[in-house]
Amino acid sequence: MREASSSAGTAGGDVLTLTAEGLYCPAGGFHIDPVRPVERALVTHGHADHARPGNGAVLASRETLDIMAIRYGEDFAGRRQQARPGEVLRIGEVRVSFHPAGHVLGSMQVRIETAQGMRTVVSGDYKRQADPTCAPFELLACEVFVTEATFGLPVFRHPPAAEEIGKLLKSLSLFPERTHLVGAYSLGKAQRVIAELRAAGYGRTIYLHGALERLCAYYQAQGIDLGSLEPVGRQAKELAGEIVLCPPGQLADRWARRFGDPVTAVASGWVRVRARARQRGAELPLVISDHADWDGLRETVAQTGAGEIWVTHGAEDALVHWCRQQGLAARPLNLLGYGDEGDAAEPAGKGKAAETAAGIGSET
Amino acid sequence: MQRFAALLDRLSFEPRRSAKLALMADYFRSESDPARGLALAALTGGLSFRHAKPAMLRALVAERVDPHLFELSYDFVGDLSETIALIWPAAEGGEIAPPELPEVVQRLQQAGRGEAPGMIAGWLDALDETGRWALLKLVTGGLRVGVSARLAKTAVAALGPLQADDIEQVWHGMSPPYDGLFAWALGEGEPPQTDDPVPFRPAMLAHPLEPRDIEALDTADFAAEWKWDGIRVQAAASKGQDGRLRRRLYSRTGDDISAAFPDLVETLDFDAALDGELLVVIDGIAQSFNALQQRLNRKTVSAKLMRELPAAIRAYDLLALGGEDLRERPFRERRALLERFLGQLDHPRIDLSPLVPSPDWEALAKAREAPADHHEGEDAAAIEGLMLKRWDAAYVPGRPKGQWYKWKRDPFRVDAVLMYAQRGHGKRSSYYSDYTFGVWREGEEGAELVPVGKAYFGFTDEELLEIDRFVRQNTINRFGPVREVRHEPQAGLVIEVAFEGLNRPPRHKSGLAMRFPRVARLRWDKPPAEADRIETLLALLPQDEVSAAT
Repeated sequence: MREASSSAGTAGGDVLTLTAEGLYCPAGGFHIDPVRPVERALVTHGHADHARPGNGAVLASRETLDIMAIRYGEDFAGRRQQARPGEVLRIGEVRVSFHPAGHVLGSMQVRIETAQGMRTVVSGDYKRQADPTCAPFELLACEVFVTEATFGLPVFRHPPAAEEIGKLLKSLSLFPERTHLVGAYSLGKAQRVIAELRAAGYGRTIYLHGALERLCAYYQAQGIDLGSLEPVGRQAKELAGEIVLCPPGQLADRWARRFGDPVTAVASGWVRVRARARQRGAELPLVISDHADWDGLRETVAQTGAGEIWVTHGAEDALVHWCRQQGLAARPLNLLGYGDEGDAAEPAGKGKAAETAAGIGSET
Repeated sequence: MQRFAALLDRLSFEPRRSAKLALMADYFRSESDPARGLALAALTGGLSFRHAKPAMLRALVAERVDPHLFELSYDFVGDLSETIALIWPAAEGGEIAPPELPEVVQRLQQAGRGEAPGMIAGWLDALDETGRWALLKLVTGGLRVGVSARLAKTAVAALGPLQADDIEQVWHGMSPPYDGLFAWALGEGEPPQTDDPVPFRPAMLAHPLEPRDIEALDTADFAAEWKWDGIRVQAAASKGQDGRLRRRLYSRTGDDISAAFPDLVETLDFDAALDGELLVVIDGIAQSFNALQQRLNRKTVSAKLMRELPAAIRAYDLLALGGEDLRERPFRERRALLERFLGQLDHPRIDLSPLVPSPDWEALAKAREAPADHHEGEDAAAIEGLMLKRWDAAYVPGRPKGQWYKWKRDPFRVDAVLMYAQRGHGKRSSYYSDYTFGVWREGEEGAELVPVGKAYFGFTDEELLEIDRFVRQNTINRFGPVREVRHEPQAGLVIEVAFEGLNRPPRHKSGLAMRFPRVARLRWDKPPAEADRIETLLALLPQDEVSAAT
């Protein structure tokens, strides 16, 4: 963790500082996506590495508040307040507004404007690709842009999701006697894969591992059409030729044995790299990511018009290097605790505990 | 190119043999000539391009990509071709039609050194990530998608009623893109006409001798001979239509291994096809498999290696002589012809594998147990058992029932302690199915276990479940997919490991290498303290290797 003082002397440093808990806005008295409990937290989205329980007060989108309640129970924070997209709130000496980030349902960027009119945008996690399950990314002009960089290497360029779904359907026609088991994170990725399958004309019932049920039900309750879904429950070999979704950690675990000889697919941006795909047990890698790819990151940085770029979790070095080549002031934040939960999740899993961990892991 | 790329992409992630076959057959069926023939050539290692080298590819990418970003990416990805494929920037000025596989192969083979880089760069511009990856794997010659030449040929055969051996039979008379091969395989055309004077003749194989066979069979119907511990080969030489003598040495599966054994191949001055065992023979004495192993899987061979480990053939059978195919004739006749042929040939590197007298089963059992007492030469150590061949059997490709039997020497066995377990692949990916086991040795602080080998087959499905449960309940350490399990004198799992032989790997002086180690039995009844000691294994090493081991 950098010292808070290291951000002094820059434009962004006047608005945000780094503390042990994460990004902090002294003028507003709040943290954004704190990694430890704080008095007042602004939460960009519901993934476990950004939304944690135990804060005094949470300000977030309605969907993010709902998702936190589903995952952590109704008492996940002392107080909660809903942020409507685009609505400007006065907090302390700054004006704050939430804007869609296109990452998962309810995901938001946070814009902070000082009395002097200087605007800082904290992106949270975001993507520029279309996603039928959430509001699209809203481009915000600003002076300081705090961007994620999960896929901040030029080797990461995500293909259109429909192409990847096509691979899954082609495999299903080639191996109609085998269950197709798709590893997808329970918040966002699973629902997006289902929605993309529906968009491709796949009308059969899609079967779910228990860890995915509640969030899929929530998405459907929010009016997102996922078609016919059914828990796997005790079904096993009778699901030959069907598509079954589960958390990635379950692909190589005992739970998966019931299907005999399934085709194992993994939906993740990481599986673009073969060694990573194999590590995850993917026989059918589906490069579907809820994060901006290298082109998306660069495009967004340029479009915000920001002169100062802070790069948080991910491959910070490469994006900082690129920003500096473009003449932008850029610094890596080296924030700890973000974006690595799904990555670090032990693939073996340990029964119930692992199901939960895999279920709430961040998109990776 | 795009369809070939998609095939390679799927193959590279697919662990199952049956699914690899299905993927290839699907591709061969739906792709047209000559693309599918070139794809087959690539899969069987039949294409090479002189000018595509890693250094040239690095130079190409350096022209397009910031070097710092490239290094960061290469560091993350770990594979040069893949990094270039992923990082290659999209071409400016819109879409270019991606090249077809025949165009790539043809133009690159004809290209001069100076032309190749520009050609490859142009194709990289036109292809997507997977296409670029496949192109780079293709031109650098290392597909590494887990497909052997044999498997690719099996996929061709699977298009119709053919067997892989049918493909093998015409294979060496054809060259890429194998005109007519696919039409024939699909049942739409005649067998390709080849004028290859030295085709591979698919090998006849034996069944293991079972106890019930001993009761049912009469030894008078069978010739018995030694089973030598080398590799089964076919040595063929014959004049082509141009009058030039062609010589070839084939492995059992039809791979042309001539290039690795010029010392032998260049001396095949006859018009015949021999079936025999390839061995290293020094002063007339056949050496252990370990010696031969150092000469296998090489593209070329040094003069030194040929001098130190000279190859020879111990002949079992004669398949063709003077242009006549003998395979329909009974073994009795072929054997007589073989003996006469070798007598006349008087070749210093080809000798006859002697018959073993077989008056009854008792005599054979004794010969099998103690070859040294029943073999006149001094190389009984290179005998791994007996072969029984029906006197009246024709030479039939594959493994026909009731014709040939192998009766191997009993395997070696050792009681070892399970130390580490690793997850398997494919169907076994949720099971701990790869086992590292060890035996006791005297360490500085008393007895300690030293790993001596790995086994990943030999157990039943039920035993796999039992070991898997044991591993999960006795894990003391985790290293990624590997678990260390309890292995103490009074707590742990003893595995009886069967293996065919032991040697010291030539490239590293420490450690032992078992041949075909497998789990023979689980000894739940035995405490680890009673497992074997390293001295038991060292006693099995060939004598000249013991000194290096201690």
